[in-house]
Amino acid sequence: MTWWKPADVGFAVRSKLAGLGVGARLFVRLLAQAGACLRRFALVRDQIHFLGNYSLAIIAVSGLFVGFVLGLQGYYTLQRYGSSEALGLLVALSLVRELGPVVAALLFAGRAGTSLTAEIGLMKAGEQLSAMEMMAVDPVRRVLAPRFWAGVITLPLLAAVFSAVGVIGGYVVGVLMLGVDPGAFWGQMQGGVDVWADVGNGVVKSIVFGFTVTFVALLEGYEAQPTPEGVSRATTRTVVVASLAVLGLDFLLTAMMFSI
Amino acid sequence: MQRSSKDIWVGLFVLLGAAALLFLALQSANLLSLNFQRTYEVTARFDNIGGLKPQTAVRSAGVVVGRVQSITFNDKTFQADVTLSLQSRYSFPKDSSLKILTSGLLGEQYIGIEAGADEKNLQPGDTVTATQSAVVLENLISQFLFSKAADGSTPQQGTANKK
Repeated sequence: MTWWKPADVGFAVRSKLAGLGVGARLFVRLLAQAGACLRRFALVRDQIHFLGNYSLAIIAVSGLFVGFVLGLQGYYTLQRYGSSEALGLLVALSLVRELGPVVAALLFAGRAGTSLTAEIGLMKAGEQLSAMEMMAVDPVRRVLAPRFWAGVITLPLLAAVFSAVGVIGGYVVGVLMLGVDPGAFWGQMQGGVDVWADVGNGVVKSIVFGFTVTFVALLEGYEAQPTPEGVSRATTRTVVVASLAVLGLDFLLTAMMFSI
Repeated sequence: MQRSSKDIWVGLFVLLGAAALLFLALQSANLLSLNFQRTYEVTARFDNIGGLKPQTAVRSAGVVVGRVQSITFNDKTFQADVTLSLQSRYSFPKDSSLKILTSGLLGEQYIGIEAGADEKNLQPGDTVTATQSAVVLENLISQFLFSKAADGSTPQQGTANKK
């Protein structure tokens, strides 16, 4: 588009606003389908299997390695100030408050979000969604909503698995490899991590991210151009928009939850 | 609802997530040390509370016997009113004294209870006035400088009087 022509700029702004409106309406429709999804839980269960079980491998392995790195870097930094006993506290707080929800959401966007967008986009390209509408089956209720609620249920669980495996990874590096005292490792951690303020807030964050990532993936798939090129562009946009949204919301939520 | 072989896997996945949350709550956080016992409330008046916050530990002989419930300012006595909730299984004599101590040199502050000698124990709602406030560094320094200045001036006054 030519940015110096007011008509083109006006058209671009209006189409962006229209896109925002379409997104908002889809979000409200998905929220409204909660009851229908509970009644046909088999659909949600199949989606949890697809989104959750298959993401478990990447989440667990990533969590392990993030825990390893936190243990290593944390030890060398804390040792300079003679506080290497606080390693357990450092690893646990970093994971539970920030890294668990955010990194799990980013990995989820990359693995599950792209597969959701591609699936919905290809269904749209193959005219399956239009065929459903012809049969008086609402595609949002039958196809999109189960995936939405499955994603909302799955991401908090994945984030918890990430944090737990990360803490164990930090233990393996800190205590077994670097020689930090295990009593100090777990004791300082238990003294400094609060169940409601830290773990609870991390869970709230991952629930919000679950809503965000799944919604962005479904929206991009639903609004994709019904061509192979359109689907591939939609998939890329899912990862970019979902990742930026997660990081932006993380800042907002952290400011709301953890500032004094 | 249709049964499917995926049920077991989804169930295992949810169980794994719940187990991870439980692990975080119990091993990493302080769920087990949260006290669900009954407590009784006692109020204390301090001139300066230093760095005390709600949920700060109250210790006697180093063992946690209660928590700080709330801290308010009393504008009639111009002191801080600190409400403590002490665990019901521990009773202290009526003339126990409270001090604000620091764990370690630069550590967190906590309230220490030293038991008195009274036969009667503290009842819920009692007020403790035998308190020692937190140490304020500036007051210490000015005290030190003042005493140094006082020491420095007395020999000169002696020689002036002789004349």
